[in-house]
Amino acid sequence: MMLEIKEASIGYRQRTILNNISFTVDDGDMLCLLGPNGVGKTTLFKSILGFISLKSGEINLDGKNIRKWSKPCLAKVIGYVPQAHTPPFPFTVLDVVLMGRIAHLGNFSSPSRNDVRIAEESLERLGISFLKDRTYSEISGGERQMVLIARALTQQPQLLILDEPTSNLDYGNQVRVLLQIKRLSAEDGIGVVMTSHFPDHAFLCSSQVALLNQHGFEMGSADDIITEDNMKETYGINVRITSLADNHGMDVKSCVPLAN
Amino acid sequence: MRPPDTANPRVQNMTDEAAGKMRPARPQVVLVVLLVMLVAVFLWSFTVGRYAVPLPDLLTVFFRKLFGLSATWSSTLETVLFNIRIPRIIVALIIGAALSASGAAYQGLFRNPMVSPDILGAAAGAGFGAAMAILYSAGSITIQLVAFICGILAVMTTYFVSRLISKGHNSVLVLVLTGMVVTSLFSAFISLAKYTADPNNKLPEITFWLLGGLASITAKNIKLILIPFIIGIIPMFLYRYKLNALSFGDEEAQALGVDTKKMRFIYIFSATLLTASSVATGGMIGWVGLVIPHLARMLVGPNYKYMLPASVMLGGAYLLLIDDLSRTLFMVEIPLSILTAIIGAPFFIYLLFKGRDSWV
Repeated sequence: MMLEIKEASIGYRQRTILNNISFTVDDGDMLCLLGPNGVGKTTLFKSILGFISLKSGEINLDGKNIRKWSKPCLAKVIGYVPQAHTPPFPFTVLDVVLMGRIAHLGNFSSPSRNDVRIAEESLERLGISFLKDRTYSEISGGERQMVLIARALTQQPQLLILDEPTSNLDYGNQVRVLLQIKRLSAEDGIGVVMTSHFPDHAFLCSSQVALLNQHGFEMGSADDIITEDNMKETYGINVRITSLADNHGMDVKSCVPLAN
Repeated sequence: MRPPDTANPRVQNMTDEAAGKMRPARPQVVLVVLLVMLVAVFLWSFTVGRYAVPLPDLLTVFFRKLFGLSATWSSTLETVLFNIRIPRIIVALIIGAALSASGAAYQGLFRNPMVSPDILGAAAGAGFGAAMAILYSAGSITIQLVAFICGILAVMTTYFVSRLISKGHNSVLVLVLTGMVVTSLFSAFISLAKYTADPNNKLPEITFWLLGGLASITAKNIKLILIPFIIGIIPMFLYRYKLNALSFGDEEAQALGVDTKKMRFIYIFSATLLTASSVATGGMIGWVGLVIPHLARMLVGPNYKYMLPASVMLGGAYLLLIDDLSRTLFMVEIPLSILTAIIGAPFFIYLLFKGRDSWV
């Protein structure tokens, strides 16, 4: 499944937030969006998911414009992982993950035994089957994030969109969640678009990086985009990009902020 | 003093197992138990109050009617049973079920466990309609009809004004705020109607009507609540699973493949028919639509697949019991809204205590 954003301008009523941007995400690609707060990352997601309509341009999935697609049709191909928050009712984790099947259900149906099996498989793949009967509002933030990813997987999508999947997670969980997403993308060939506030996250797992800042939109490999100049321009801080070898002698890059 | 048991892993395992056995019953089992309870309350309601009909007599009547056999009972019993007792019991069941179902749906739709079915103005609108009809000395059917129509009009006002304000953006918050405005507007109209009413006859009539009661219900009143009930409850039941997704918020529900605009319209349409017809028939009966969904959630969990049927059965049984109390407790009937508040408020506090882990 190829996602293609073509000369799109997005924003609300009078305000245009992003102007004339184009990019594509292919099967198994992992695109990380970097940019300061308020630059329009979430608005871009909302446009892709059909919550708000484009001001101009088009969004295509495998060459087909999604403007007129129904919500169930979109939900069968795009899985969305929002920032975790809790609903007002004590749903079990399995209840929450099963809601990923709604797009596949008939109008009046509720999940069948087969849907339960698919939901359980998603939990299994993320290694969180033990959470199945727990109350969703009572598990930890990291667990909740994993449950939402499991719910998106239960939609059996070809494209996964994650809104800051690492926010509110401790350091270890941040890396664990990112590596899980990377594994899913590699194993199933799912295209992934995610936002992050940490350039290191892009170095860790992304095949592509898009940088959004006041000067516009730039996309390329992590090595090309995450440069000391670009970070200074985007975030207004001084950084050094360093490179070191991991356990297998592969180069790993890191972006280190400087105090002066 | 012994060290805490949890220090010993074997004991821990055992307590886990014990906890496993203590787990809440399967929702399907609870629903069957609730159905049995509902039937029991239904039958028991015939046997209490003035003109009580003993159970054997009642079953004889039902049995012989069903098979078209000749009557072995007095014509007084027949009149009491078919014109007064059965209509009243059915109306109590319907009102309880309707208010609870609407409350359950609205709590999910508005993502707030403190929401009750009158939030968009249905009850205030219906109350105003009834007050006006009483002011013009209308008969009981006209009062019911005018109240029903005004309840619908009030919610339509809320719905369309909020759509104008949010310009297709369809915000739930705007909807609730507009609902509050429309409710207080119609409450003011009710006060105006009371203020202009003759204090010797019309004012008490309006006041008592608003307090709620089923004393004047006869077979004639059934049609005007049964039809809206059926039209309202069916779509709500068919689409109930999607309410789960809506309780996660609009955008999440859309991303899961729910057409939120259409669904919201369907739930509001259904809940409005249910609430307006209930208030038009039984007066302003509070607390049922707020408390019963909580009780249902506690018994079968928050999944609407089971929670909505549980709310319907619990609500029906609850209001029927309240109405039984209302007509048996004293020589004079006690208005329903007084009883639902006196019983409902402490009960709600109890529920808050029991469920506080998930609130606080």
